[in-house]
Parts: sequence; structure tokens; C-alpha cells
Amino acid sequence: MFSSCADPNNLHGLTWLLCYLTTGKHIDFYWSFLTVLTLLAVTAPVALAFGFGGAMMSRSQRLPLRIIGKTYTAMVRGVPDIVFFLFFVIALDQGIEYFFHVVRCPDWTEPVRNGLEFRVCPEAKVPLNSSAQIWHSLYGFALAVVTFALVFGAFASNVLYGAMQAVPRAQLETAEAYGMNHGQVFRRVLVPQMWVYALPGLSNLWMILIKATPLLFLLGVQDIVYWARELGGAKTSAYAYPHPDWRLYYFLGLLVFYLAMTKISELVLTRIQTRLSHGQATASGEAQRKAAA
Amino acid sequence: MKKLILTTAILALTAGASFAETVRMGTEGAYPPYNFINDAGEVDGFERELGDKLCEMASLTCEWVTTDWDGIIPNLQSGNYDVIIAGMSITKERGEVVDFTQNYIPPAVSAYMALDAGVDVKSVPVSAQTGTIQAGYVQESGATLVEFATPDETVAAVRNGEADAVFADKEYLAPILAESNGQFAWAGTDVPLGDGVGMAFRKSDSALREKFDAGITTMKADGSLNELIVKWFGDTVATY
Repeated sequence: MFSSCADPNNLHGLTWLLCYLTTGKHIDFYWSFLTVLTLLAVTAPVALAFGFGGAMMSRSQRLPLRIIGKTYTAMVRGVPDIVFFLFFVIALDQGIEYFFHVVRCPDWTEPVRNGLEFRVCPEAKVPLNSSAQIWHSLYGFALAVVTFALVFGAFASNVLYGAMQAVPRAQLETAEAYGMNHGQVFRRVLVPQMWVYALPGLSNLWMILIKATPLLFLLGVQDIVYWARELGGAKTSAYAYPHPDWRLYYFLGLLVFYLAMTKISELVLTRIQTRLSHGQATASGEAQRKAAA
Repeated sequence: MKKLILTTAILALTAGASFAETVRMGTEGAYPPYNFINDAGEVDGFERELGDKLCEMASLTCEWVTTDWDGIIPNLQSGNYDVIIAGMSITKERGEVVDFTQNYIPPAVSAYMALDAGVDVKSVPVSAQTGTIQAGYVQESGATLVEFATPDETVAAVRNGEADAVFADKEYLAPILAESNGQFAWAGTDVPLGDGVGMAFRKSDSALREKFDAGITTMKADGSLNELIVKWFGDTVATY
């Protein structure tokens, strides 16, 4: 990065360290923090949406919708994450490629499945073999978001379902007495009131999601834990910056990062909790009223 | 606007289909000097240089991808890349699921490296990388096998005392031993294992395999492969 770093063999002390910490590989490491944060920022709302949909379906009055909602939560929650990550992603990826294969290569005669091998025509590859590496990374990232959202959505769905059931019946009945129809009761009374009941469960999920990001490497996305292990491992002089086993320091760095994330999350969640309790018929809402009076 | 972005994305995904064929080369990136990720963050090492040379000879465009060793064959089969070039020894068991080229490194020896040269490698805990021929050998030798996902961890395990010796390709261990300031020593006797190192392909991809195979034949004939081997592994190793 710096011109003074051109010959690492002649560097010593702090300059060596500075040059070492700014190698291309370390820059990749720093970017992976951004990857993880982006994944969290994208996945959390998508998972919440999946969860909301699942919860709505689970309490729907139509049987087919109810079955879909319940099956989704039960199935995804029952399968171990790692199995889901290995199986579902491959199935999704191959499903997409098979679809393009049927559309783009109707004349292809060789079998797509050949024992354990899966081979579609070159035009059906997603992304194409010839596309730049960035597209492969983005595709892997998108698969990761979908998978994370599906898994965490199922848990969120159960949390939201419980929260919706927890809203006092008296509140809904009053709304009905005012002449609101089903949808209006749902939108105006049920949903605004349920968040306070959902928050503890959702905050648990958020914390678990933060720590689940190392699963990303299973999907071919290089996350912070992968880089910490790769960079920290002992390096011989085949590398420009040889050093002994430094994994401890890298993992200490990650520890600080995760603790900081946890602290920030707790601060934000406490604020949300206070805000949501405002004017609610719950113990914390009552405490707020008393404090204000 | 949205449509424009979408169209651009699709164009980017589909463009270039008519250009030179692109081959994705899968490697581990954690096995110096065979293959490793250098400080610039790129795949480097003997196999990088060899692979690029072979691609150039066959007029193919090559893209390098890294993956962990555990999933290197399944990822080939499901089409995430087209070639495995990752210090993979040719064995009969692997030959049942993938097709190999001829070897590009002659059959080599594996060795035990330990803190104490006198350990009995047939009875102490020995570390090896999961899914390698070395791991299989240790298991059969009667020693307790301690498996790790990456080569680096197998060596770290000996330093930490989790295992008393590590068993791996001698060419991988040699630079580590040389730079350990006498911490490590060879233990036991060297063991010839495998039929040399080759590139692996899907069984349905024989046309591509033949292209690379032809390239290796040429490089063996004109001596350039030997030069590469000496450049990366030193002049004490076996050549063609």
C-alpha cells in the first residue's frame, strides 16, 4: 500500500507492523467486517418480514395458509442450522441453474445429473463462468441472505405469533366495538401493541444472528473468522511477512468486535424497549406512567 | 431506473459468453508452497504458476477460487469450479468420484515432524489434515489420529502439545522445519504415499481434462515443469 513497504525484508519494528497491517490480505480482512455488517443489516429486516408473513399465515382463518405457516416454522426450526446451510443452499443454487438450463438449452442431450455430479450447459451457469469474481461473490452473498432470512424468519415467526396472541383480547374487542373491521383491528390495534411482547424474543434472535456469521464461510463468503484464522496462522518465508502463530491476537480482536456489537445492540434495544412500552397496558408501561405523574 | 439496473445486471451476468472459454480453478490456498494466499490477497505458489501456464498454453481464461479442503470435491461436482489443483494426490478412492490428469508432481514422500525426534510415531497421537491420504495412513498405522481442517492447524497442534507429531507431505513440512530454529525435527522414517499429485475434473468433463493433460505432457517434455518444481520445492526433490 505504501511505497516504503516495497521490500518487507528490510523493515523493522513499527514500520514492519504498519506495512504488515496494510497488506492486500489485511485490507480484505477489514472489508470482511463490512461484509458481515452488511449481511446483518440486510438479513435482519428480511428475516423479520419472513417472520411476519409466517406469523400472519399461522394465525390465518384459512386452513391452507395456516398449514403453510405452521409447516414453515416447524420444519425450519426442527432442522439443525448447519444441515440447512449445507443442504438448502446447494438445492437452491442447483434449482436456479436447472431452471436456466431448461430455458436456455432445450437441445442439451447429456444428463444433468450424473451420479453425484451436477452439470448444466455453460449458458445456464449462475453466474456465468466468465463473469467477474465480484458477481460470484455477490451471488454467494445473496444466497447467504436468503438462507439466513429463511432460518431466522422461522424463529421470528414463532416469536411474533406468540406476541400477537399476547395482546389483551379486551383491546381488540374494544376496537371491534368501535366498528373496525378485521384488517383495521389488525393494523391499528394488534400490530402496534404486539411489538413490546415480541421484543425480548426478537432481541435474542438478533444476538444469535450476530454470532452466526461464521456460517457464511460454508456458503463461500469469506467472513471475519475465516480471515482471522488465515492471517493468524504461522507463516513461513514463502510469505512476504513471516510470523509465528498469531491466531490468539486475531481472535482477541474479534472478541472485542463481538463484545462491542453486543454492547451497542443492548443500548439500542433498551431504547426501543422504553419507546415501545410507552402507553402500553404492561408493567413497564405502567411504571412509565407513574414516573411521569 | 430499476429496469435499467436489472438489465445491466443481467448483461453483466451473461456477457462474455462468446469470448475465450473461462475455466474456474479451485484450490485450497492454505498449503504453501503448493498453493497459498499471498500478502496481496491473491492465490500464489507452485500450482498458481503451473495452472496459469497450462491455461495460457490451452488459450483458456482462468479464474482462481479458494475453498476449504473438506468440501473441495463436492464443490467440483456441483459445478462451483471446473478444476481442482490443490496438491491433491492421485488415489484409487478419489479416482472413483473424479478423473485425474497424469501427475504433475512425481510420487513423493510424506514425513513425520515432531518436537522430539525420538518419538514412536506408531503409538503417539499424530495430527493430519482431514480427508488426506496422510490421515488415512496414520489411522492404519496404529497411532491415534488427531484430525484438523487446515494444514496450519495440524502443525500448530504439535506446538501446543495436542499431538506429538504431524504427518504431511514432506515438501509442505520442510520449510516449516527449516525455519523453526531447531524446534522441530523429523521423526520416524519417510513414507512414500500416493501416485503423485494431479489435477482433478468432473467425470463428465473429459474434453477439458485432455486439454490440461496435453499441456502437462508438453511441459514434461520440454523440461519447463522440472524448472518450476525446482523453483518452488528446491533441487532435492524428485523431478521427471
